Amino acid sequence: MKITQLSVFLENTAGRLREVTGILRDAQINIRALSLAETTDFGILRIIVNDPQKAAQVLRQAHFTVRETPILAVEVPDRPGGLHSMLETLAKENINIEYVYGFVEKRTDNALIVIRVEQPDRAIQVLQAQGFHVVSNEEIKSL
Amino acid sequence: MYWDEKQECMPVEQMRREQLENLQKTAARLYQRVPFYRRRLEEQGVKPSAIRALGDIRLLPLITKDDMREGYPFGLFAAPMEEVVRIHSSSGTTGKPVVVGYTGADIALWADLMARTLRCGDVTARDIVQVSYGYGLFTGGLGAHYGAERIGAMVVPMSGGNNKRQIMVMQDFGTTVLCCTPSYALALAETALEMGVDTSTLKLRVGFFGAEPWPEEMRGAIEQRLGLKAIDIYGLTEVIGPGVASECMEQNGLHIFEDHFYPEVINPDTSEVLPDGERGELVFSCLTKEAFPLLRYRTRDITRLIPTSCPCGRTLRRMEKVSDRTDDMLIIRGINVFPSQIENVLLSIEEAEPHFLIIVKREGPLDELEVQFEVDEAHFSDEVKVLQAIEQKVTREIESAIGLRATVRLVEPKTIERSMGKRKRVIDLRKESKP
Repeated sequence: MKITQLSVFLENTAGRLREVTGILRDAQINIRALSLAETTDFGILRIIVNDPQKAAQVLRQAHFTVRETPILAVEVPDRPGGLHSMLETLAKENINIEYVYGFVEKRTDNALIVIRVEQPDRAIQVLQAQGFHVVSNEEIKSL
Repeated sequence: MYWDEKQECMPVEQMRREQLENLQKTAARLYQRVPFYRRRLEEQGVKPSAIRALGDIRLLPLITKDDMREGYPFGLFAAPMEEVVRIHSSSGTTGKPVVVGYTGADIALWADLMARTLRCGDVTARDIVQVSYGYGLFTGGLGAHYGAERIGAMVVPMSGGNNKRQIMVMQDFGTTVLCCTPSYALALAETALEMGVDTSTLKLRVGFFGAEPWPEEMRGAIEQRLGLKAIDIYGLTEVIGPGVASECMEQNGLHIFEDHFYPEVINPDTSEVLPDGERGELVFSCLTKEAFPLLRYRTRDITRLIPTSCPCGRTLRRMEKVSDRTDDMLIIRGINVFPSQIENVLLSIEEAEPHFLIIVKREGPLDELEVQFEVDEAHFSDEVKVLQAIEQKVTREIESAIGLRATVRLVEPKTIERSMGKRKRVIDLRKESKP
């Protein structure tokens, strides 16, 4: 139930992010969610896309450094306390989160939270046991 | 396997006698034929007849590249122009180039010495030799070419550039021997990887890499990525081109072809000749060339002569692999730094790619050292802390190697220029900003 996140190494130079989005547009790839981690001299762009394989391929052709990371996307109710309930669940089991970002689904009342944890398989178990829906790659494609 | 066993395994006393004889002849030839040399000797108050023993060589003046500029282009030739059959030239990146002439006998000698070099790596007539050194005024291409032909190997004269075609030729022709600069060898390995070519399926067996200093640690990277044995070869245009010294299969020091090129190591500051085994600047005297026999030429390469004998059986003295040049040395906040020290650090750290660039700039009163290196896909991470840990590790290791704290920056792959010939490792912005 893990989905594929692409991480792309970016130098902190003007227009670099735009080059990535341009390449993805030309390949007709849709970005579902995105976050950017930055330091003073480089950044790591993390994206969830509809076709991660193709996206990785076109980015590598353009000489970007790309890494595919299996990651969890969890549906939470789009209302106050929605995210909190999921974090509570993980905290109770002492599962640490490396980073998290989220987006709101258009067609449902849910928000989708992307999380990177140290023990993804255990996290899936724990979340599913509490009734959370952990999204698959197939579902991401059709969002 | 030897090319010329009599010369390569000659007893030392006999070698010294022949060296002295040829040194006397060459000094006399230069004194008679080249006004520049006659003047230099007269300034020093020395006549060629003063050379009675090999040690008397230190009576002769040292020659630097700058000294040679006044002779540009043909002023230092010691043979009449009608006997000169070939010209080569140094790159001239630091001013007027040095133009070197060859007689027919010089060309034949050079081919023989390059055959000796290739035979040091057991090349035979059955080999297919891909020469990817540049052809032209640069000595690398034609030097390797003539040597391989002299052995009777099949030569593929590729010259540098067009990397994909180079890999295609390796696959289709079954290249067994590669000759190019070490940095170009790494660039070719990268191209093979991009093309999805598994280099272990290639027939490459041995490679002869020279024309720029490369550290010992780079050998591992080349050998592993191209699947061949990497032999370091040494030479310089002013002396003859490649074919001055070569490693044998022991890969432990380069045998100097000292029956033709007499080596000395001097203290670069005082010019004093150092005993064998001490590190300093390498100086060469050509003993047997006709058109351009330099005496006591300062190479600016730093090395030492290895006093012990080599298991391969050659009695030719060895020099340690050159990894530094006197003119590469950077002085940063009063500390001497060689780019090779930083390269060694990067090569010793698994997470770092050996492609790097050193930038020196002046911020206020202080020199700032910045080291950029490329992130490698295998060690790239989605987590900032992992990449920062790599940067910190490199910073720490550089500091412990050179005693200076550098700003270490990860850059995108392929952003640091790949060389076709010699690579550029340092950008010194201080030179441009000086008032």
